[in-house]
Amino acid sequence: MSAARSPLRALFQREWRIGRRVGGTGSMGVVFFLILVSIIPFAVGPDLVLLARIGPALLWIAALLATLLGLDRLFQGDDDDGSLDLLLMSETPLEAVVFVKCLVHWLLTGVPLVVAAPVFSVMLGLEPKAIFGVTISLLAGTPALTLIGAIGAALTVGFGRGGLLLAILILPLCVPVLIFGVSAAQAASGGTVPFMTPFVILSALSLAALALAPFAAALALRQARI
Amino acid sequence: MRLAATDLTLERGGRLIFSHLSFSLEGGEALAVTGANGAGKSSLLRALAGLLTPASGRIELLPKTDTPRPEAIHYLGHTDALKGVLTLTENLAFWSAMLAIKPGIKTIDEILRRFGLQTVKDLPAAYLSAGQRRRAALARLLLAPRPLWLLDEPLTALDLASQALLKDVMREHLGGGGLIVAATHAGLGLPAHELKIGAAA
Repeated sequence: MSAARSPLRALFQREWRIGRRVGGTGSMGVVFFLILVSIIPFAVGPDLVLLARIGPALLWIAALLATLLGLDRLFQGDDDDGSLDLLLMSETPLEAVVFVKCLVHWLLTGVPLVVAAPVFSVMLGLEPKAIFGVTISLLAGTPALTLIGAIGAALTVGFGRGGLLLAILILPLCVPVLIFGVSAAQAASGGTVPFMTPFVILSALSLAALALAPFAAALALRQARI
Repeated sequence: MRLAATDLTLERGGRLIFSHLSFSLEGGEALAVTGANGAGKSSLLRALAGLLTPASGRIELLPKTDTPRPEAIHYLGHTDALKGVLTLTENLAFWSAMLAIKPGIKTIDEILRRFGLQTVKDLPAAYLSAGQRRRAALARLLLAPRPLWLLDEPLTALDLASQALLKDVMREHLGGGGLIVAATHAGLGLPAHELKIGAAA
């Protein structure tokens, strides 16, 4: 039997399997994304010019909501079955545990959104340049959404039904990511702002979240014990 | 190795659970913590495990080493820490990698056989009975060598044969110089000091 000796590799493998198997939230995000994007033309009407104009913003909001879906389970499942207690008592730093869990969440939720975004962009009548802009800005921005969401997930652990509270806590914090994500996506298809300006800030937001969120979430999880 | 708790006071949510509790335990000894429901047995174990900060008092594992106290402890709470969608082997392989820097002496297969779980090792943990899940949680104790075992009601849901098995496993652990603190109603079935809490409160 190939037992993974490295704790973090074992954790990655475990999270990956849980996410991929029945009942996991792995593929749910992208299906939710599809449904959101496909009901929007029913609400705003089949005006392709309008859809193309608001398309990048719609895709970003859909991606934000799809990321939130299932994020409340990030630590809740481990808290419910006592795994979190044992993770706290292992040699592996909790910050690293949080990072690996976020990485798997992003690979199973964020990356499928990025891959699906070009297809859904076509449904909204976006031009090739705009499709590129949306896709690349989602690639740069979705890690920040997962990581900021992880802080909320850690804060609401043990709250029973923390899902709604998580959304209320996290959505305001995601506003900067949304602003620069959408402006990068729109800048790609022309406009007064050069593409790189919002895109670099978006990437910086993701990197800052990567540096800070594991520590913030680990701190919240430790406090929740007491 | 020695476990010493000095003048321990525990509070939860502003409510005093017990105060000024002191005890010490030498290597090779077991301590049975008894008391009525809600007396604070589980809270005491969580405090010893480092999962609950005492309001005052000190908990020490002597002699002092560089490893933080929680990493010298196996904690077995009311929950089994098994993921229902993963097979039993996957669950235990994960905890083996997570809890031990050095692999235990026994392989996962040997441990599963010892606990009578080899026939269900490839089943998702969600399909196991309460007793089987409990045995799987106990099997975790042998995955990684850790000197202090904190067991919260370890005999729950176990049949008589499994209870005897657990007693054997505990006896071996004590024989190797390990320590056991167990919260129990039924008694441990082996020589143990007794600590009754909640009588004064």
